[in-house]
Amino acid sequence: MADKITLGYTHLSGCTGCTVALADNYAGLLTLLDKYVDLKYMPTLADARHVQKVDVSFVEGSVCINDKLAVQELKETREKSTIVVALGGCACYGNITRFSRGGQQNQPAHEAYLPIGDLIKVDVFIPGCAPTPQMIRNVAVMAYLLLKGTKEQKDLATAFLTPLMKLTEKNEACFCELMTQVINQGLCMGCGTCVAACPVNAITMEYGKPNGERDLCIKCGACYSQCPRSWFSFDVVENYEAINEAIMAALQ
Amino acid sequence: MGAELGKYKSCVSARSTDKELLKCAQDGGIVSSLFAFALDEGIIDGAIVAATKEFAAKNPSKVILDSTNFDMIEPWRPIPAIVNTKAELLAAAGTKYNISPNVALLKEATRSFGLDKVGIVGTPCQMQAVRKAQLYPIGMRDVGASIALAVGIFCMENFPYQSILQLVEDHAAMKLESVKKMEIGKGKFWVYGKRGQVVQLPLKVTHKYEQPGCHVCLDYVANLGDISTGSVGSPDGWSTVFVRSKIGDSVWAKAMAAGVFETQPIEKVKPGLELVSKLANEKITKNKATLEARKTFGVGKALRNPYI
Ligand code: SF4
Ligand code: SF4
Repeated sequence: MADKITLGYTHLSGCTGCTVALADNYAGLLTLLDKYVDLKYMPTLADARHVQKVDVSFVEGSVCINDKLAVQELKETREKSTIVVALGGCACYGNITRFSRGGQQNQPAHEAYLPIGDLIKVDVFIPGCAPTPQMIRNVAVMAYLLLKGTKEQKDLATAFLTPLMKLTEKNEACFCELMTQVINQGLCMGCGTCVAACPVNAITMEYGKPNGERDLCIKCGACYSQCPRSWFSFDVVENYEAINEAIMAALQ
Repeated sequence: MGAELGKYKSCVSARSTDKELLKCAQDGGIVSSLFAFALDEGIIDGAIVAATKEFAAKNPSKVILDSTNFDMIEPWRPIPAIVNTKAELLAAAGTKYNISPNVALLKEATRSFGLDKVGIVGTPCQMQAVRKAQLYPIGMRDVGASIALAVGIFCMENFPYQSILQLVEDHAAMKLESVKKMEIGKGKFWVYGKRGQVVQLPLKVTHKYEQPGCHVCLDYVANLGDISTGSVGSPDGWSTVFVRSKIGDSVWAKAMAAGVFETQPIEKVKPGLELVSKLANEKITKNKATLEARKTFGVGKALRNPYI
């Protein structure tokens, strides 16, 4: 179909959890591929694996700078894609790979891992470990509307994606972001969202404010991004009903 | 009256027709009645509400224990809990006047608590959190579609637990465990003792104990709830109710048909929407000024503004 967007998937140092999350859209994924997205290359889910020219590429995993091939693939991904999406905590923030000091089999000298934004310009972040199927779905639908939609749809997609674009300004996030950017800034109102968002239960509420067990934190950035006081767009969220309906309708 | 009240499909003054329930509820018993009805009808299979430590001690399977010291008696300390029956709902009912992190249970509600259709009650900021989680489910896998009824409550500002402790035990000179009810109304903070004593504190005293995060909040009437409610605008014993979303509309219509509530047109009651609107505007204006002041904070450096 001519008016599909083309999508690529570059897999660097990630555990395939992001891939599984994408696939966990089940029928929704099939509808996406049927109607909106032409999957050009992707290890695991497509035959073609090598980077090609595409509208949107998802990058899973951080990049090991000791691995020439990985660096090369990342650069090529940037050159050949209009929009690069860092998918998941590792690509956005390094996540668990931030703790790597090398020495693992079978590449003990692979020790230095960076979030991809340290090497290339990234356009959109989808934080979290693993990112959720629904978040990937929403971003995919919005990317489609941005590139192929009517004027109105483009505006909606731009508004929706703006906060995720702004996230790319910083390649570090862990529980500390909640402290420095929300609580230290006098913005926390004790809703508890961060507790629910954390995949490793590193956060508890103590007398109305989050307390992070920093040794448990894997640096995925989910808590910070999910917090309504990290960023909040009235324009988008006040229309939650219509947007949710539009996304669900698109996937019918 | 305009944007300050949010979008809504209808607005009435209402109270529960359940006398037993009204006895343990604040104002018109709207939240408890709605959830009791929704549980009965299978609209939700559980609700996240603010309970207390006493409730948690008696119903350990309904809460998630954090590192709370359960040996310490802390009356009025809110603990988010998941209730599945009307009896549990009533045992947990009532405003706590300090913030309960209800959204903290939102994901777990769909996991170890096994809910497919979650009810949640919360402040306006918590409704914002719920809607953000539905649109941007960054750390909320498989949660959004399970939210079957989100009820928002009007909120001018909130207090951390220690502030309540300070206000009641220090300023009002009462032991927290002897308090029957707390209330903000008519420009005062009211503390009602179990033995009938009443202490009122001027809001001038309470202001400095407010949660700082409340001062950048731009929503008074929970614009993003499916239904939102509060006592302001309605006569004593009644509550003002905004029905906002399609879900809210359908649940409210069913509840009305089942005789769960009696209502009066909001236009007919005193003080009516005018007061709601006035207070909403006051809150929004004051907090916009705070956000404005944060742009330089008097030192030429900006503090963060979360709104984009
Ligand atoms: S999600 Fe944000 S506002 Fe809510 S409790 Fe956590 S840090 Fe505070
Ligand atoms: S505290 Fe939890 S959610 Fe936040 S960055 Fe760490 S692991 Fe991720």
